[in-house]
Amino acid sequence: MALSNVLQIPTSGFNFENVARNVALESLLEGGHTKTPKPMKTGTTIAGLVCKEGVVLGADTRATSGEVVADKMCAKIHYISPNIYCCGAGTAADTEKTTDLLSSNLTIFSMNSGRNPRVVMAVNILQDMLFRYQGQIGASLILGGVDCNGNHLYTVGPYGSIDNVPYLAMGSGDLAALGILEDRFKPNMEMEEAKELVRDAIHSGIMSDLGSGNNIDICVITKQGVDYIRAYQESEYKDKRQKRYRYGPGTTSILTEKIVPLDLEVVQETVQRMDTA
Amino acid sequence: MNTRGLRSQLKDSVPVTGMGPQVGAYGVQDTLRSGFSSVKNELLPSHVLELSEKNFQLNQDKMNFSTLRNIQGLHAPLKLQMEYRAARQIQRLPFLQSSHLALDTLKGNDESISFEDILNDPAQSEMMGEPHIMVEYKLGMM
Repeated sequence: MALSNVLQIPTSGFNFENVARNVALESLLEGGHTKTPKPMKTGTTIAGLVCKEGVVLGADTRATSGEVVADKMCAKIHYISPNIYCCGAGTAADTEKTTDLLSSNLTIFSMNSGRNPRVVMAVNILQDMLFRYQGQIGASLILGGVDCNGNHLYTVGPYGSIDNVPYLAMGSGDLAALGILEDRFKPNMEMEEAKELVRDAIHSGIMSDLGSGNNIDICVITKQGVDYIRAYQESEYKDKRQKRYRYGPGTTSILTEKIVPLDLEVVQETVQRMDTA
Repeated sequence: MNTRGLRSQLKDSVPVTGMGPQVGAYGVQDTLRSGFSSVKNELLPSHVLELSEKNFQLNQDKMNFSTLRNIQGLHAPLKLQMEYRAARQIQRLPFLQSSHLALDTLKGNDESISFEDILNDPAQSEMMGEPHIMVEYKLGMM
């Protein structure tokens, strides 16, 4: 139905019509006994380091929503391009969407130019986007990748700050992880040693921080390719519950069986033609 | 992509628009179309980003043109703006969907994806405007 108070087609992008209503709703609800639902954050430990042959990224797999664990096998290492991967901490939806957008933009670029994108391009695109939204997009990211200029590791903060470092940890468990990294990091480490160091860093984050937990994912990026190990180490406290509560056939035995056929006779039959033009 | 490190060029950004009371004919609040006016609602933008997002594209363009003028001379932004103006005229009537293909290609929007392409797609908007009123608004007759 055509409305006569709409004078222009609405512009695409973010729509701020409901902000005033939301503010009013929050003030109403906080006074009462109901609370607004909290977005799912990844309250995380993520870490990365540059070694001799490439970049190693690691992350835990817990996603929290307030005080409840919302996802025990969350994937925090996102694909950006064949040679660049990104770990995300902060609001889960923001990190997912931002990395998706970044990945799409870089794919368009590499289709246009025929080259693999460089890590600095990804970092610049992210920085522009996050600064434009003034930190309202809560995504702290660690970008790691291998390109023609070498192995790079960058951090991008939610307000758009970037830093290029050889080793890094972010998230709520970053202090614990950074302690381990500061102690044992050496430049130009071997691959196995680097993987063990990242594993230990994430492990200390899991042990010391409530927002991190469950399994450890590791992603190794080298010039030859990427090795994304989805559960490098599973948590010792994995619950043994079965995920499906369906009972297989034969669980209850059949004692007797009685078949009663129903006799039906055709009373009336009508045929309606379907117009299949 | 936006130009970097040249914020000194942004001396006079686009003034605040759309935040004042909606004036209709005779310079008074158009109650029939926009409802009762409330000073509180109209004075303050309710969200941090509302103002900056409204004018973001305009500010970016201004900054880019200003830089281009300093680097290449006045002819560069003049020619570009002439092309933008020509491309902007290729569209359908206001209540119909136009693809803005020429304008997008000129601005480089066909090679990037941002929130403008994903969120609030006008092709799927749930409200439709009255065609006559929209054309009259565009032509400045209202």
